[in-house]
Amino acid sequence: MSLDGKIALVTGATRGIGKSIAKALAEQGAQVVGTATSEAGAESITAELKSGGFNGFGIVMDVSDPASIDAGLKYVSDQLGAPQILVNNAGITRDNLLMRMKDDDWSAVIETNLASVFRTSKAVLRGMAKARWGRIINISSVVAGMGNPGQVNYCAAKAGVEGLTRSLAKEMGNRGITANCVAPGFIDTDMTRKLDDKQRNAMMEVIPAGRLGDPDEVAAVVAFLASEAAAYVTGETIHVNGGMFMG
Amino acid sequence: MSTVEERVKKIVCEQLGVKESEVQNSSSFVEDLGADSLDTVELVMALEEEFETEIPDEEAEKLASVQDAIDYIVSHS
Repeated sequence: MSLDGKIALVTGATRGIGKSIAKALAEQGAQVVGTATSEAGAESITAELKSGGFNGFGIVMDVSDPASIDAGLKYVSDQLGAPQILVNNAGITRDNLLMRMKDDDWSAVIETNLASVFRTSKAVLRGMAKARWGRIINISSVVAGMGNPGQVNYCAAKAGVEGLTRSLAKEMGNRGITANCVAPGFIDTDMTRKLDDKQRNAMMEVIPAGRLGDPDEVAAVVAFLASEAAAYVTGETIHVNGGMFMG
Repeated sequence: MSTVEERVKKIVCEQLGVKESEVQNSSSFVEDLGADSLDTVELVMALEEEFETEIPDEEAEKLASVQDAIDYIVSHS
């Protein structure tokens, strides 16, 4: 599963699943660039990679801002070259019941979680097409298939990402470029640590594995999809959820 | 400096993976040179890069042959 010499761009790599993905790809030999929304975040990514003995670095990129994506991609291309692996992981939540959800909550989530995937993918495709090799891996969510009260915006964005991924897989299939999704269930991150005991217990009851997932367990699947071994897997969504949903 | 014709033909060869001997001015990208829709998009993007120009979609659709591409570049530079 060696990714030696490959350049990987991972969005939202400061914490949680993105951080684990950056580490997993670096361990396979990829030069990883992780994005953050702040300078401090970018520095922490650089420090994290350095402490593991890896080459990559962090950059500031706001995936909801097309100009910021262009600038970030240009910087990466100038420093290292065109990325051959793109992991769209950056995402936000703005939960509320639909009856109470504001237009802003809807558009912020659609922009950051869905439109960003369109933009970053577009920005890297030309380089991948030229190289006749590429991996686009989009982090979806179990709720894209299940639905979840309070998350019409998030579920719509994630289901949208899965549809985008299938179309993209068809468009670019004959260029050696694969596009896939990984759909995590409840993973032990800052996002799920916010839940109280009651919510947590309710969750455990619907997870056959009887525990939350570890970010590294999601990252391992991403690393596989990025590898040469996964060349014939495309347009697929792989669930990593301890059995809570089998779509 | 190569002529526009030479530069266009070089890009066509690179993008479509065809030999220079197969590329005539009258060659149609799709019918003669086997381009699919993605090939033609990539070809247009490669021409834009080479000649530092932007080819609008409605113009790009009309570029069916090598000569069409040469004519477009000559008349827009």
